[in-house]
Amino acid sequence: MSYFEEERYDKPFSLSVWKGMLPFFRPFRSQMLQVTILMLICSLVDVFIPLYQKYIIDTFIVPRNTAGIWPVAVVGVVGMLVQLIATVVFTRTAMKVEMGFSRDLKKALFDHLQTLSLSYYNTTPVGYIIARVMSDTSRIGGLVAWGLVDVMWGVSYVIFAMIAMVALDWRLGIILVIMVPFMALITWWFQNRILKYNRVVRRTNSRITGSFNEGINGARTSKTLVIEDINSREFAALTGEMYGSSVRAATLAAIYMPVILMFGAIAVAIIMVNGGGYVMGGTMLFGTLSAMISYAVNIFDPIQQMARVFSDVIATQANIERVQALLDREPEIVDSPAVVEKYGDSFNPRRENWEPLHGDIRFDDVTFRYPDGGDDVLENFSLDVKAGTCVAIVGETGAGKSTLVNLVCRFFEPTSGRILIDGRDYRERSQLWLHSNIGYVLQSPHLFSGNIRENIRYGNLDATDEEIMAAARMVSADKVLEKLPKGLDSDVGEGGDRLSTGEKQLISFARAVLADPRIFVLDEATSSIDTDTERLIQNAISNILKDRTSFLIAHRLSTIKMADLILVVRDGKIVEQGTHRELLQKKGYYRDLYTMQYQKEMTFEK
Amino acid sequence: MEQTKAKRRPMALLLELFRGSRILYLVAAVFMLATVFCNFLLPQMIRFVVDNVVGGEPVSDMPLIPGLVEWLGGTGALRDRLPLMGFLAVVLAAVGGLCNFIYHRSLSCGAEGMIKRLRDRLYSHIQKLPYQWHVAIQTGDIIQRCTSDVDVVRNFLVNQLLEMARTIVLVVVAYSLLFPMNFNMALASALFLPVIFAYSFVFLSKVSNRFLAADEAEGQLLSIAQENFTGVRVVRAFGRERHEVDQFDKQNHHFANLWMHLGKLLSSYWGLGDLITGLQMITICVMGAFEAAKGNITVGGFIVFLTYNSMTIWPVRGLGRILSEASKTGVSLGRLGEILDAEPETDPVDALEAPVDGDIVFDHVSFSYGDAPVLRDVSFTVEKGTTLGILGATGSGKTTVAHLICRLYDLSGDGSNGAITIGGVNVNRFQRDWLRKNVGIVLQEPFLYSRTIKDNIAALSGHYSPDEIREAARISCVDDAIEQFESGYDTIVGERGVTLSGGQKQRVAIARTILGDPAVMIFDDSLSAVDTETDTRIRGALAGRTKGVTTLIIAHRITSIRDADKVIVMDDGRIVEMGTPQELMELGGVYRRIHDMQESIVESEAM
Repeated sequence: MSYFEEERYDKPFSLSVWKGMLPFFRPFRSQMLQVTILMLICSLVDVFIPLYQKYIIDTFIVPRNTAGIWPVAVVGVVGMLVQLIATVVFTRTAMKVEMGFSRDLKKALFDHLQTLSLSYYNTTPVGYIIARVMSDTSRIGGLVAWGLVDVMWGVSYVIFAMIAMVALDWRLGIILVIMVPFMALITWWFQNRILKYNRVVRRTNSRITGSFNEGINGARTSKTLVIEDINSREFAALTGEMYGSSVRAATLAAIYMPVILMFGAIAVAIIMVNGGGYVMGGTMLFGTLSAMISYAVNIFDPIQQMARVFSDVIATQANIERVQALLDREPEIVDSPAVVEKYGDSFNPRRENWEPLHGDIRFDDVTFRYPDGGDDVLENFSLDVKAGTCVAIVGETGAGKSTLVNLVCRFFEPTSGRILIDGRDYRERSQLWLHSNIGYVLQSPHLFSGNIRENIRYGNLDATDEEIMAAARMVSADKVLEKLPKGLDSDVGEGGDRLSTGEKQLISFARAVLADPRIFVLDEATSSIDTDTERLIQNAISNILKDRTSFLIAHRLSTIKMADLILVVRDGKIVEQGTHRELLQKKGYYRDLYTMQYQKEMTFEK
Repeated sequence: MEQTKAKRRPMALLLELFRGSRILYLVAAVFMLATVFCNFLLPQMIRFVVDNVVGGEPVSDMPLIPGLVEWLGGTGALRDRLPLMGFLAVVLAAVGGLCNFIYHRSLSCGAEGMIKRLRDRLYSHIQKLPYQWHVAIQTGDIIQRCTSDVDVVRNFLVNQLLEMARTIVLVVVAYSLLFPMNFNMALASALFLPVIFAYSFVFLSKVSNRFLAADEAEGQLLSIAQENFTGVRVVRAFGRERHEVDQFDKQNHHFANLWMHLGKLLSSYWGLGDLITGLQMITICVMGAFEAAKGNITVGGFIVFLTYNSMTIWPVRGLGRILSEASKTGVSLGRLGEILDAEPETDPVDALEAPVDGDIVFDHVSFSYGDAPVLRDVSFTVEKGTTLGILGATGSGKTTVAHLICRLYDLSGDGSNGAITIGGVNVNRFQRDWLRKNVGIVLQEPFLYSRTIKDNIAALSGHYSPDEIREAARISCVDDAIEQFESGYDTIVGERGVTLSGGQKQRVAIARTILGDPAVMIFDDSLSAVDTETDTRIRGALAGRTKGVTTLIIAHRITSIRDADKVIVMDDGRIVEMGTPQELMELGGVYRRIHDMQESIVESEAM
């Protein structure tokens, strides 16, 4: 899993990495140009200020003169107003670029993720995907906008300031101009090291979060093992590491600041000594001396900013590469062009061309291996499921019961062989066509944030409230609704948290019923549900199964017994198949499983 | 939790944390002052050079300087020794730099040390909080507090606290130098300070709820994405890609728009802030011209005015931001204080470390969680070295019996609800850790640490040899499964490693408990995910290892407790049947009924 952890990033700047982002830059070209120009104006004003002060000193202060001061003051105020306007506009524009850029990138990623196959989701932690969609995009957007702002300002300030210095007095100006590259180099050197230390700090920080997570989740077990002190000691060692690396990072920054300020001081000293001589010799004005000192003190700020942006640019390459890798990832299951031509794609279906689905499903010599490697889990498997048949799949947790369901739903496709629906290879029709005809209820039913109406309506977006209620009644979900004060408008909380597992399941049944699918897939919940709800659920299931082809990943005896055919899975393979009675008589693995489940359920039947 | 201590106030918590970093903060404060002092001297030096050395003005208002100048041979001599002044300036900068370094370094040591102590205290405090607390909390919320809230406090300690102090020192020092130089100009410039401060503070406080709204919008966007990814099967199964994309788009735009709007507000804020700063500069320029004409200020003095102004105005602008953020620190400290205020488990001073190996006796024990009674007048005895089986439905009180024995929950000490004794000693008299070390319990849902299997079985302690660990794994029948992993006993389990099945987890937890060699062992439904055959094998192997160990087996499978010396059947907090398995079979009650059902019905169904 280390692949998903934050990796080190030491690659140099690479234009090709950034090239991939080109299409996302395009809509913001004019805005970025605008920001560039505005930053030039801002830095011009900033460079103008010492010159302004020089003028004041030489024209008014030194000669002790006040005549003509007011027009000069007005010029100053105008300069400030120009800066005000430039600042207001560039901030707005940069914010637009930042948010727009990351918005577009988010959209592109999210859209693309809708087309990726389930194998991708099976092998990738949700947290990893979220980080790509949310943080990487924000980071890239932020750098594109504000990096541009800082660099344009920094570069133009340094250039304008150097021009001004040389123009004011080339003797001193040259000295400063020579110093700039040295300051830049030192800044660059420190910046990179500080960045590296900060990365260590961040990594340690996420380990601390992990430790808290484990310390809190495992606290009950820790108590029974009496290892609280060991845990605390280990944690203290970790925070000790954190202390060390934080202080190291801070120390480096604490060294950098005085070093770079020393450069400023040396520059000031040189100007003071030589400039003082020039002033005494009458070859320089007081104001010029003052302006030179200002530039010498101020110039390190833009240099520091540029160095920071350049390190950011390099660090952000890692984000771009990850985003790019996700965008470049091909979905493993795609409809052929001919199919898309006729049936449409996931976003633009052509429902008018869809044939109705009857419900005969046939596995024809299917061999299957999961794309992420391993053995064949199905070998030359054939099975004929007539429309309306109920197939139960049983086996231990983790035995691979979902495989068949994944194939039927075309979440995965057979490695070889065919799956026929109503006599035709299902690859001859679109995924959306198949999915629109499948009702799917998950083991831990997944509800979306929102109210109950929205959740049930997910099955059929055009359904009226009456239809929703009818579906709810059919699966006894109306019993859940009665208990809630707001009925259909009741909020289910994030992921349906406010409902119990049994209630969530009933709602997800209603959702499936509303879709009125021809094929029904149920992944039964293992968690315990109170007897009343359990009865409701069993009722609901038998209602739904009527006249539909169904696949049940079953745990409860009552569900298993509903099946016309039982497939027994062990270590990923189908080891037995037959009816309940046939399998019991066989006295094989099924009988063991059944006995265990029986003992579990029959403990306190009253 | 009857006795709650008086709520700790955020300030008190902060002061508590300061203990231990006081000297470092003191050093930081002293060197901060020194740094500010050095920073202020450089402009004075420039002024001296400009006015007195170059400009030839008489040395006037600065203390010490005239003496120094005389010592160096008077201003006239200094004219020829300008390089000396340059050298002094560099030395001054070097001293200032050194002070600055010491200031930042000791600040960071002090603050990071406080944060380390805060984290350590939180962690070990949470470890020591009672079982009850851990059952009641929302894990996510507590983790959030231990991470985000600590970060807020850290930000305050590292970045904000001394920065506030520094800003105040800067302002005080700057203006105590400026006012004597020129009262009018100093006053005019000082008037801008409250304006820019109030402007920053008020603006940022006003928009803070907009930041909050933007954060919330981002949170919603995140949860739409998250629900889409975790619910990807539902999305695909219903063919709802279009719908999902539309929803995401809507929220994505909403979020972006909120920030763009914030951008507008911020742009005015920054723009106006710059304008005020600029106006202050122009005011000084204009006033400077008039004052200079009157002879009230020198060129050097004017330069000093400009320099000090730019040195103070930015920190004052920042002060508004810091103060508007500092209120968050109080909230965070309050939330952390709530955790630290929760009462941890403690032992009285005279707690016993006596042997825990006699008969276990429940003497008329009643117990309730809050108002819900779970045990009602339960009495039974487990003789030393024998095995007790407990059978009962979910919620019948089986687990509570186990939890009370190892004091995950405490029976009230006054005896009104009965008593639990081991070898005649009331369990409340034992030192808690000692009791738990001697009573090994395998919880219903055991937790495995995300480390190697080896470390998990050894319960993170380094005392055990690999052979001992293997032996324990063999007894709990998990050795084979472990050997099948690529790295065997060094395989890491949990989030960052392999996922064990429920049965494997239970067996690792059993091995872990066996290895501790406790005098009493409790298996709380610990074989529920293990098949009958393995169950039998484990119990066989255990019997060999645990001779003389008093054992409690809580189970729902008759076969698991068939070999027990005594069985109790519980229902709704009461014992309804008690006796040897044989006696209970003959009694023909609940035990018999369950036995018959579990044994026979499978056979009949196959007919």
